Amino acid sequence: MDLRIDVGQQGSWTVLGVGGEIDVATAPRLRDQMIAALSEGKHNLVVNLEAVDFIDSTGLGVLISGLKRVKTHGGEFRLVSAEQRLLKIFEITGLDAVFNIHPSVDEATAQPPSPGI
Amino acid sequence: MELQRTPEVIDLEIPARAEVVSVARLVIGAIVAADPAFDDDRAADVRLAISEACTNAIQAQISSNHLTTPVTMRCSSHEGTVTVEVIDHAGGFDPESLEPHPEVTDPARLDHERGLGIPLLRMLSDEVSFNRTADGTSVVMHFMARPGSTEPR
Repeated sequence: MDLRIDVGQQGSWTVLGVGGEIDVATAPRLRDQMIAALSEGKHNLVVNLEAVDFIDSTGLGVLISGLKRVKTHGGEFRLVSAEQRLLKIFEITGLDAVFNIHPSVDEATAQPPSPGI
Repeated sequence: MELQRTPEVIDLEIPARAEVVSVARLVIGAIVAADPAFDDDRAADVRLAISEACTNAIQAQISSNHLTTPVTMRCSSHEGTVTVEVIDHAGGFDPESLEPHPEVTDPARLDHERGLGIPLLRMLSDEVSFNRTADGTSVVMHFMARPGSTEPR
């Protein structure tokens, strides 16, 4: 199983489009990509999970680490998913209260970043 | 004469490598898909739980340097119940010894990237037990097809 990550820019937002399965084998690549974006000064990240078929706790952990790093840099971190199976995992772990989750990239990037939130 | 169905057991030996967890998911996915009582949502629960259990087992073996010993995934499916046992040889651990995480609304929660796997296992399975073996841990999980999801797909 593979993980695909592409990086784009939408206004003030850097959008990481992720596809495939995020698990213990692939999650480190997503973490590295988020760290790379931050090191390039891109502090406002949208991680688009629309093409993600599967995520487990390792993937959730990497997203938590991304949120934490972004906050440390004074940026904002948003997720995109409208897939009920993925949203269910965020709900049962309580992480839907931690992440700012939007149903589409357009909605996630409609509002400019609000540093510190 | 009606054929009496008995539970069939499928054993899968998994190398202790992170890349193989996806194979375990494929296998359990196929086993669950063969039981029409499990709908897609419940099948996804089982795949996630097994992914967590196999990840824990493989990571435990890697961190205890048992790299060449395979992890065993033992699966059976019978009358709307799937049972999976994941057996590692990593010396054993006590799930009760895990420190509880801060509440998700607590900013300190962000300091805990790991540790979601066991809670997910407990939430997704109908029954789970962690058992010490001579050289490791056996995690036994039972999954039942949800009421109302018994129509064949």
